[in-house]
Amino acid sequence: MATAAKIGIGSAINRVDGVEKVTGTARYAAEHPVENLLYGYIVEAAIAKGRIVSIDEEAARAVPGVVEVITHLNRPHVAWTDHSYKDELKIPGSPFRPLYDDRIQFSQQPIALVVAETFEAARFAASLVEVAYEAEAHNTDFEVAVGDKYVPKKKRSGYMAPKNRGDAAQAFADAPLKVSGDYRLAPEHHNPMEMFASTVEWHCDGSITVWDKTQGSQGVHAYLASVFGFSRKKVRVLNPYVGGAFGSGLRPQHQVFLAVLAAKMLERSVRVTMTRQQMFSHAYRPQAVQSIALGAETTGKLTAIRNAATTSTSRYEDNMENVVTWGLMNYDCPNADAEYTVAQVDTPTSADMRAPGAATGMTLFEIAIDEMAYVAKVDPLEFRLVNYSPIDAMNGTPYTSKALREAFREGAEAFGWSERSAEPRSMRDGKELVGWGCATGMWDAQFSKTSASAKLTANGHLEVACATSDIGTGSYTVMTLVAAETLGLPPEQITAKLGDSDLPTAPVEGGSWGAASTGAAVQLACQAVGKKLLKTAGKIAGAPLGDAKMDDVLFEDGCIVLKDTPTVRVPFGDAMHAADLTEIEEEETAAPGFGDMWKGLHKSKNTHSAIFAEVKVDEELGVVRVTRIVDAVAAGRIINPKTARSQILGGVVMGMGMALHEETFPDHRLGRWMNHNFGEYHVPVHADIHDIQVIFVDEPDSEVTPLGVKGLGEIGIVGTAAAIANAIFHATGKRVRSLPITIDKILG
Amino acid sequence: MPTAVNSATYAAVPIGTVPTTLTINGETRTRAIEPWTTLLDLLREGEDLIGTKKGCDHGQCGACTVLVDGRRINSCLKLAVTLDGANITTIEGLGQPGDLHPLQSAFCDHDAFQCGYCTPGQICSAQGLINEGKARTRDEVRELMSGNLCRCGAYSNIVDAVLDVIGEKA
Repeated sequence: MATAAKIGIGSAINRVDGVEKVTGTARYAAEHPVENLLYGYIVEAAIAKGRIVSIDEEAARAVPGVVEVITHLNRPHVAWTDHSYKDELKIPGSPFRPLYDDRIQFSQQPIALVVAETFEAARFAASLVEVAYEAEAHNTDFEVAVGDKYVPKKKRSGYMAPKNRGDAAQAFADAPLKVSGDYRLAPEHHNPMEMFASTVEWHCDGSITVWDKTQGSQGVHAYLASVFGFSRKKVRVLNPYVGGAFGSGLRPQHQVFLAVLAAKMLERSVRVTMTRQQMFSHAYRPQAVQSIALGAETTGKLTAIRNAATTSTSRYEDNMENVVTWGLMNYDCPNADAEYTVAQVDTPTSADMRAPGAATGMTLFEIAIDEMAYVAKVDPLEFRLVNYSPIDAMNGTPYTSKALREAFREGAEAFGWSERSAEPRSMRDGKELVGWGCATGMWDAQFSKTSASAKLTANGHLEVACATSDIGTGSYTVMTLVAAETLGLPPEQITAKLGDSDLPTAPVEGGSWGAASTGAAVQLACQAVGKKLLKTAGKIAGAPLGDAKMDDVLFEDGCIVLKDTPTVRVPFGDAMHAADLTEIEEEETAAPGFGDMWKGLHKSKNTHSAIFAEVKVDEELGVVRVTRIVDAVAAGRIINPKTARSQILGGVVMGMGMALHEETFPDHRLGRWMNHNFGEYHVPVHADIHDIQVIFVDEPDSEVTPLGVKGLGEIGIVGTAAAIANAIFHATGKRVRSLPITIDKILG
Repeated sequence: MPTAVNSATYAAVPIGTVPTTLTINGETRTRAIEPWTTLLDLLREGEDLIGTKKGCDHGQCGACTVLVDGRRINSCLKLAVTLDGANITTIEGLGQPGDLHPLQSAFCDHDAFQCGYCTPGQICSAQGLINEGKARTRDEVRELMSGNLCRCGAYSNIVDAVLDVIGEKA
């Protein structure tokens, strides 16, 4: 029997939510229509540290349309223990509480919310709120703060303490070849295109529906219930569309707190949207300094790795990242030590931003590795192969899979690396210097307990549902493809639902675990539906499938098919009809450890990448163009090559921003970010992006996660900035050890 | 732009508002608009045309791009009352689900977006670019689309999609 090509895992289909997005019918957090809506506008602290002495609201209240000015003085009761404010990330410390008291902990801290009948009235009135402060001395200078760096007593969950091996200090002292120095990364802001917003619909029974910009509807749901004392049934949080987040939406942000606070106080529906400037009042990637010392034999074999890093955090929480472990895991070297500390500045707590820790620590390490390759006079790619470790060299454990060697080979071939001339400043194109650089990327292949449901109706329609999010990652499409694969239905007959706290339990979407975890849960739920179908088929007169078990059948074109006799086919509808069922609904949970995953229990689980970059540098002006990138990625099984490629493109583009553009500058006198807008915080634009080629290396792995999927959200950014920095050195002979590499650093 | 309010026609106009007639996606409507309301806020909050996005409110990101008399503008920088008599096309006016504009189809086929938030602005900007008739090559498209930021980094796919449509028209 002829059948259309089956669409399932591995099919490059268009994003299933694409039509909504290109027609403007997809509604984001600030776009849900609600009757009698009020608008809240945030008033921010003008000082970085101190207390509020007085707030003069008179002029603001006099503006027609203003309903209320909410401050710490008149707000309704909120929770008072730190525990109540803890979110899913559980950062050690005392979480920020908006409008809690008169204390100012960072510049741009929300200190009042003006609520009005129109957005414009709220905005205007907010400008009239006069605040008197008692300022205290602050410090936003990270380089000063590093003098008081420390190892936090309580570690953040997921923190991996570095493990030392051999005697790195002695080995470095004895090494014939050495590289050492301090490498730096500027603070960066996530700047998703959608501004943080929440629309809260107040219902007359005191319950609320909240459309929020978040990476986890259930995380926000738990937070709101805990902070405001709502019964869990009276809160529903939805985030069906999220306009990017990159980690900034992992924790509930203050606009959702303020919108719910106002709704509760006024018993009205309220929307609060941050402005682009206010988007700099919360999450940012911590500033970092990393002291790296490498020792090697004259052959280029590494003998010593010393890797110490400090990242910025706030005064009130210890945000920790895995910064120093990557180099120790990735390179074969008998002696290695590392140390990780944090330093406090008077800013909001730094936060996870795309590949937190690795984008910083692996990238900076890969610049040092490149330096050592030049010192050893070994080709940078060859240097990485000389020091290649097939196992996790820090933990001494094998990987479930590591196809980095293949990534190097395929990437180098696509890039034409063998044509490279070794000497810096040896390649030219007209008046531009040409440079080629490479780097390694690395991230975790994670899996988180996730539930999903699958509901099949007699007309052949399947709905799969999970409370996960789609922040642009393609979750809707991943769920659809896994369901299509498992039950043999075309994608047009499948609806994926997500972004609703009422749906089966899922963690925040982050860490690149979404596809692996949600995919596994959807597969289990669909398999459960399949089992039920097979059972109901037994009730069909004549039992055409006999006593077939699950292993004896497959699901194809909406039919149960006998593997041995493919002409025997029972349509799903017939099976359901026989048992008088109009629908079959099953819910399942995928938790770590099932399938082949137990075999990978004591193995390391990581994605890898090999990045090759070509830059052209105008010698007189110092302007850098990244003309070519090849990123060869080893990330296990690819569910949708089309959206997967886009994920990597996006990571690479953000890596280009890290390499050349992105930097938030504090004014240390004011303790305030100076360039808090898109005009002065530069992100890559169309004109910056040339040729980017993405390669997925074949990497079968049944142990890492049930579907063999490793995740792609982060790996694209890790190491990209290093490949570009290394290419800039190759082009110019100038080694820049601080990112971003702006023109002044090249000409300076 | 009207300089005086016709009391017979606009008796119900609240004090401080300006009656303004706009044709939005082919439908002509007269609204009493406060002079400080931007076209962007009017579209999103007044007309529920939320396809036009607010990404910065400062003319720095392009998410709010719409077509006014066929020319692309940042709607956040335009006060609505200054557009009396203008013909405005938003993403909703270019095409709808089931009846997609060629650019909308091309964006889907090239996966020219991830989160989708900059997408309506990119598409409206691309239509404006096509109307201008200036861009023919990849480099020209990249240069002339640089006012539309995409933080998901879908740039190369966006250019592929735009070139596809330009190629068909050329």
